Amino acid sequence: MKYILMMNTMRVGRGVPQWPQKDLQAHIAFMINIDKELRQAGELVSAEGLSFPNQAKLVRAGKDGTPITDGVFPESKEFLAGYWIVDVDSPERAYAIAARVSAAPGPGGTPLNMPIEVRPIMSGPPPEML
Amino acid sequence: MTKPWDSTSEHLLRELAPQVLGSIVRRFCDFSLAEDAVQEAMIAAFTQWPQEGVPDNPRGWLIQVASRRVTDQVRSEIARRERETAVAREVDITAPSVEIESDVDSDDTLILLFMCCHPALTSSSAIALTLRAVGGLTTAEIANAFLVPEATMAQRISRAKQSIKASGVPFRLLSSQERAVRLPAVLHVLYLIFNEGYASSIGPHLQRLDLAREAIRLTRCAKALLPDDAEVAGLLALMLLTDARRAARTGPDEELIPLDKQDRTLWDRAEISEGIGLLTAALSKASVGLYQLQAAVAAVHDEAARTEDTDWPQVLALYELLKRVSPGPMVTLNHAIAAAMVHGPAKGLELLRALDTDARLAGHYRLDAVRAHLLEMVGDYESAIMHYRIAAGRTTSIPEQNYLMTQAARLDDKRSGPDNTTAAPIP
Repeated sequence: MKYILMMNTMRVGRGVPQWPQKDLQAHIAFMINIDKELRQAGELVSAEGLSFPNQAKLVRAGKDGTPITDGVFPESKEFLAGYWIVDVDSPERAYAIAARVSAAPGPGGTPLNMPIEVRPIMSGPPPEML
Repeated sequence: MTKPWDSTSEHLLRELAPQVLGSIVRRFCDFSLAEDAVQEAMIAAFTQWPQEGVPDNPRGWLIQVASRRVTDQVRSEIARRERETAVAREVDITAPSVEIESDVDSDDTLILLFMCCHPALTSSSAIALTLRAVGGLTTAEIANAFLVPEATMAQRISRAKQSIKASGVPFRLLSSQERAVRLPAVLHVLYLIFNEGYASSIGPHLQRLDLAREAIRLTRCAKALLPDDAEVAGLLALMLLTDARRAARTGPDEELIPLDKQDRTLWDRAEISEGIGLLTAALSKASVGLYQLQAAVAAVHDEAARTEDTDWPQVLALYELLKRVSPGPMVTLNHAIAAAMVHGPAKGLELLRALDTDARLAGHYRLDAVRAHLLEMVGDYESAIMHYRIAAGRTTSIPEQNYLMTQAARLDDKRSGPDNTTAAPIP
């Protein structure tokens, strides 16, 4: 079963977190380690980090189909910072990974306990049998 | 002397893979090392044989190449250790002599199958290892079949091998008693491989390796090794009788077509008659198990030339047996459908109520989908639409979701249309 784990982060200031170097390094090391763990467990399908929201554009098709872009969105409180797609044996395992990610260290090493949205990825049709 | 490479050669190679692996494991007593070596030998054969022809003794060829790889591996490991310790020692690294065996030791394949489907492994690990060690597939092929990166699948297989090593499973033939205890786990793994293949046989993944066919091939192999086991035969029959409907199961836009709407002329007659033959032989033996009964249900459907010819009382009787042999919420659910077809939808709805409190089925889309179907049959369109939509919101399958949403939309149109006075036929 495949799941996507979406890490939504609160918008802070200009986007880039302003933490002490030690804390920032601990956070980055933690994330790299999670990635390594999931790879070694044979569970990682893909993982990507997204650019900061100041790079984001909202695009709509204009009348003739040309893209109309809209700029930065100061009003949104949360943004998608990154995601993992994992292939695991049970939903409980996906939740356990999400909880690990959620507790990534923040300033002062305190766990951030970020909300991680976990959703099943749609698959092929189920078998007709039992 | 060689034979030219032809369409049967690839099949031959896959057939030989577990025998070669078995032989190497017995010789070197290291499953993990042997497994890697056999994979390399397989790859060598796949590259060389199409050009140079299939050797006279293909099994001997593979055993020799794989043995050489193991020996090389052991040598370089020893060299590495010697470099590290800087101690020059005389080490006897002579590999056991590789005499080319001409007899086919099918017991090795059986031992491997039981080893790979070991209950200590998670089902995804057991599936991956079985496909590689017994099925002779490459890691890349397996990764592609499950739509995960090759590195991820390689890790999964390597972990599975570690688990087997750690569990200390000896490489030996099980007693018939041990085998009886372990067989359900083996059949379950084969069943899961088939389901995975059957489920993914539509949609954007047509280029993927055909796991349903692989599962049938592996189960055929298990059937040949355990010819007297009625459940192995039952599982093979179930796969064939289900796979027979594959071409009719989807429409031109890859939409799901339910059993009662399928063009039955598209069903594979050869698979159906083979399945029925296997099942008939299996049922004449003493024990009746889960897979034989499921196969029997599939056979009743496959034998009906038209939907209305379906022998529903027979299906109902089979589900009553299944409820005794292997009780579970999915069996109850299917039993309710059969009861509705025999005794009317009200009876089916009544039986479904017993499942409302079943925690194993809580929030499962199938319960809502079946309820919607039966509500439509009694003519309660409004409730039927609601349950079709609940089911659509709960399934994790896109084709199933499209199907359920379409059912709700169809009823909604019908309800607001001019001819909404006619009673709903069986959908």
